[in-house]
Amino acid sequence: MESTIIKCKDFNAWFGDNQVVKSVSIDILKNNLTAVMGPSGCGKTTFLRCINRMHELTPGARAEGSMMLDNQDIYAMHPIMVRLKIGMVFQYPNPFPNMSIYDNVIAGYKLNGIRLSRSERDDIVEDSLKKAALWMEVRSTLHKKGTFLSGGQQQRLCIARAIAMKPEVLLLDEPTSALDPVSTSSIEDLLIELKKNYTIIIVTHNMQQAARISDKTAFFYMGELVEYDNTKQMFISPKDSRTQNYITGRFS
Amino acid sequence: MSPKNIQYRKAKSTAFKSIVILLSFLCTIPLIGILYYIVRKGIKAINWQFLVQLPKPVGETGGGIANALTGSIALVLVAAVIAIPVGILAGIYLSENKDRKLAYWTRLSADILQGVPSIVTGIVAYFWIVKPMKGFSSFSGSIALAVMMLPIVVRTTEETLLLIPHSLKEAALALGVPYHRTILKVIVPCGLSGILSGVLLSVARIAGETAPLLFTAFGNPYMNLNIFKPMQSLPLMIYNYAISPYDQWHNMAWGAAMILLIWILSLNILTKLITKRWRVQL
Repeated sequence: MESTIIKCKDFNAWFGDNQVVKSVSIDILKNNLTAVMGPSGCGKTTFLRCINRMHELTPGARAEGSMMLDNQDIYAMHPIMVRLKIGMVFQYPNPFPNMSIYDNVIAGYKLNGIRLSRSERDDIVEDSLKKAALWMEVRSTLHKKGTFLSGGQQQRLCIARAIAMKPEVLLLDEPTSALDPVSTSSIEDLLIELKKNYTIIIVTHNMQQAARISDKTAFFYMGELVEYDNTKQMFISPKDSRTQNYITGRFS
Repeated sequence: MSPKNIQYRKAKSTAFKSIVILLSFLCTIPLIGILYYIVRKGIKAINWQFLVQLPKPVGETGGGIANALTGSIALVLVAAVIAIPVGILAGIYLSENKDRKLAYWTRLSADILQGVPSIVTGIVAYFWIVKPMKGFSSFSGSIALAVMMLPIVVRTTEETLLLIPHSLKEAALALGVPYHRTILKVIVPCGLSGILSGVLLSVARIAGETAPLLFTAFGNPYMNLNIFKPMQSLPLMIYNYAISPYDQWHNMAWGAAMILLIWILSLNILTKLITKRWRVQL
C-alpha cells in the first residue's frame, strides 16, 4: 500500500513581506513521482526549496507551518541532516568545476569529510552513475573534469551526485528546462526508472512533461495549491476552473 | 556622400589608429629603458661571490649582498605570513556579506589603505612597534609591509570569489555540506588561481618597498636572521649604497637593483602562468 513520506500542513513561505507560498497542505506518497506545475511566479520552486530547507538561505526569506518527513518535523531537524536525506537537482547543471566526474559523484561524502575505503568509493560511483544512466558514457573518462560533458550529461552527473548520498527523497527544480529535447527525454526516462527506489518531486512548467512522467500532479497558482490529484485524473477532468484554464492553455 | 568626404574620413581614421599604436608603444619604453640600463650597469657586479658574500668595508675589493638577500626574503616571508591569512579571510567575508555595514567599512578602509603613502605606513609602524619594543627590528618592517599587502590580497580575493556562480554554493549546501566546508572546499578552490595571483602580485609589490623600512628594519651591514633585530634588505641596501660617495658601492647598488628586478619580474611572470594553468573553467 502507498504510504506518505512527506506530510505538509498549512505551510507558508515569504521573501521579506512578499508571501509566495500560501497555506499549502499536501501529502507526498512514497516511491511516487510527483510533479509540481504552475505558471511562473506561482511559488512552486519556493515550495520545493522549503522541503530541504534551501529557501531559508536566501536573505530575508522565512517559512512557517508543518513539514514532516517520515513523522519527523523537518523544521526541528538540523538543516544539514535534512539535506542529507533529501537530495536536490537544480535547473542549470552545476557540477563542481574543480573536480573530476568521479569526485563529483562522491562529492557529498568528500565535502562532508566522510571517509570511505577505495572499494566503497568505487562501488558508490559505479552504482550511482549506472542509476543515473551515465555509466556507459563516462566509465573510461571518470578522471576527466565533469565540466567537459554535454549539458544533458552534466545534469545526469548532478542526479548521480544527489543519489550517491542515498537520499529518501529527490527534489528536481525544472531539471530539463536548460536542455535540448533529446537530453530531456533521456532524463525523463531516467526519472521513471528512479522512482522505483526513490520518492521524486519535480517542479516543471512544462505540462506535457508532468503528464508524461508523473503519478500525481500538484497545480500551484499564485502561491496556493489549487489542485492535487492523480495525474491522469487531473489532465482528463480537472476539478478547479483555474486548473482547467491552465491545462487548456488559456494562461501560462 | 561625396568621395572627397569619404577620403577625409578614412584619413581621420588612419590618423587615429596611428596615434593609438604610437602611444601604446610609448608605454613600453619606460620598462625597456629601465631593464636595459639596469642590466648594463648591474651585470658587471653580479657573480657568485656577489650573492654569497657579506659586504666588505670601502677599499677592499669583492664583497656581496648575502645579508640583504636573506634579509629581504625574511622580511617578505614574515609579512606574507601575517597578511595572507588575514587578507584571504577578510576577502571571503566581503564576498559573502556584500551588503553588511561592516563589509562596507572594511572595503572602504582597504581601498583607502591602498592609497596611504608607504612612508606614512613606515612612520606609523615606527611609533606603534619600534618605540614600544625599544629598538629597530625586521619584525616591525614586516608589519609595515604586511599593512601594504593587506588591501591587495583582500580586494583580489573578494573580486575573484564574487565571480564564482552562486549555483556551486547551492550545489554543495544541498548535499548537506556545512557552510564552512562549502566555502573552504568548493568556493575557495574554484577561485584559487585568482587568489594566488593576488597574493603573488602583492608580494611583488612590497618586495621593492624602501620607505616603510627606513625607520623599522633600519638596515644592518652584518648577517642577521633574528627578526627582532635590525635587518638589511635589498631596497635599503640599494638606497644606502647609491647615496654613498664610493664608486665600488655604486656598482654593488646596480647589481642589487638587478637582482631585485629579476625577483619581481619572475613573480609577475609566475602570476601570469598560474592564472593561466590553474584557472578553473566555470
